[in-house]
Amino acid sequence: MRPFRYERATDAASAVALVSADPDARFLGGGTNLVDLMKLGVERPGLLVDVSGLERSGIEVLADGGLRIGAQVRNSDLAVDPLVRERFPVLSQALLSGASGQLRNAATVGGNLLQRTRCLYFQDVTKPCNKRAPGTGCPARAGEHRDMAILGTSDACIATHPSDLAVALTALDARVNVVGVDGVRTVPVTELYRLPGAEPERDTVLQHGELIERIDVPPSSFATRSAYRKVRDRASFAFALVSVAAALDVADGAVQDVRVALGGVAPRPWRATSAEAALRGRPATAANFVDAISAELEAAAPLPGNAFKVPLARNVVARVLEDLAEATR
Amino acid sequence: MPRTDSVVRIEVNGADHEVTVDNRTTVLDLLREHLGLTGTKKGCDHGQCGACTVLVDGRRMNSCLLLAVSAGGAAIRTVEGLATGEELHPVQQAFVDCDALQCGYCTPGQICSAVAMLDEVSHAWPSAVTGAAPFTGPGDLDAAEVRERMNGNLCRCGAYVNIVDALLGIGLTMRGEP
Repeated sequence: MRPFRYERATDAASAVALVSADPDARFLGGGTNLVDLMKLGVERPGLLVDVSGLERSGIEVLADGGLRIGAQVRNSDLAVDPLVRERFPVLSQALLSGASGQLRNAATVGGNLLQRTRCLYFQDVTKPCNKRAPGTGCPARAGEHRDMAILGTSDACIATHPSDLAVALTALDARVNVVGVDGVRTVPVTELYRLPGAEPERDTVLQHGELIERIDVPPSSFATRSAYRKVRDRASFAFALVSVAAALDVADGAVQDVRVALGGVAPRPWRATSAEAALRGRPATAANFVDAISAELEAAAPLPGNAFKVPLARNVVARVLEDLAEATR
Repeated sequence: MPRTDSVVRIEVNGADHEVTVDNRTTVLDLLREHLGLTGTKKGCDHGQCGACTVLVDGRRMNSCLLLAVSAGGAAIRTVEGLATGEELHPVQQAFVDCDALQCGYCTPGQICSAVAMLDEVSHAWPSAVTGAAPFTGPGDLDAAEVRERMNGNLCRCGAYVNIVDALLGIGLTMRGEP
């Protein structure tokens, strides 16, 4: 590991100033991904600015019923919060489905959103990778791509985004508040992540030195009827092959409103907007759920090793929506 | 040349320490290489196996992914700090009683993880297998819950069966059953 300087931030503005001024600097949150990447040689920062101690650790239910989450809230605290469990169950379930108790205690919510892909080639510095070393190529298409993306990929990159939390926040139309040298701005989570295109090295629309300050989840009349389901190679402590965050509002047997986001299938959490649009106003039946998500997945461009994800995603989405519809009957 | 080392003040098992470390030093390496506390084990060194689990201000974490500089000011508890004199911690005693190990390399991490896991249970923290149902505390702890909650601790000898028995036994004690 390359030697690095360390600064413990006392406030967000000075942390942002330090990192913005130095292309070699990185923010340090819980460190569960960054320190690992430093050991692997993927990240080689010259300066770490530790923001884990900044006073942005609250979980607050706002007067309008929305949820405000400080960026330094630990994953476990958000997952077990009784109000989050009651009002936004999909958030709690997504967090608890990820990692281990030890990692959730260390990992911050802001860091969770900005974690890097677990693509084998990205994490192995002896291999080419357009995301880690732009222009070197992508061996995944012709190589091991069983857990790679089927939607939103490019010739340059087929890596998936690894966060479960981000999938749930995408379904809930959450927004991140970001502090930069030029002030504060708000970015919807649906617009936070980039598709790789020709620049897979840029995961998000954030500029170097911008810091996530908090996450706002808007009030929802039906987020109480939401769920997260994750399918993976083993029962626990593994990244998703396919995951689904969904919320469903049914009245008189018809879909009033619906949210569906997929994880493990794309370079960013995949909001299934066309499936949602197809379902609104239609009867909440298993056949309609299958039709809607099948239409969404027509855009999929799977490879031989991950073509199984298309029917898997279809079946998991349909099943989660059926279960949510059943629960409201 | 800008400094790439730091003075870290840290409490370990009730004793205060002040150590100058290279910023690259993890809490795991601080414990083993600087403080001579070799009970905490290095397995994968990537946060995947849990052998390095310690309690940081009462919460279980992978000490291999925690930079010592970042842990400055924290109170760490390791497997060496669990017993009271000659009296083992109840989790240590349960591991002995249930033969919950073979080679023993993962055991300090398993035990530290379990101590914190049972504390989470006593605070009614849910887990992934709890689902949407409520989790009220030790009374809801069954084998599936123990296995899910201990998912961050691998045992290559496969002593899981007896580890689950040991922890279920403690769960019974916690809810006042013999």
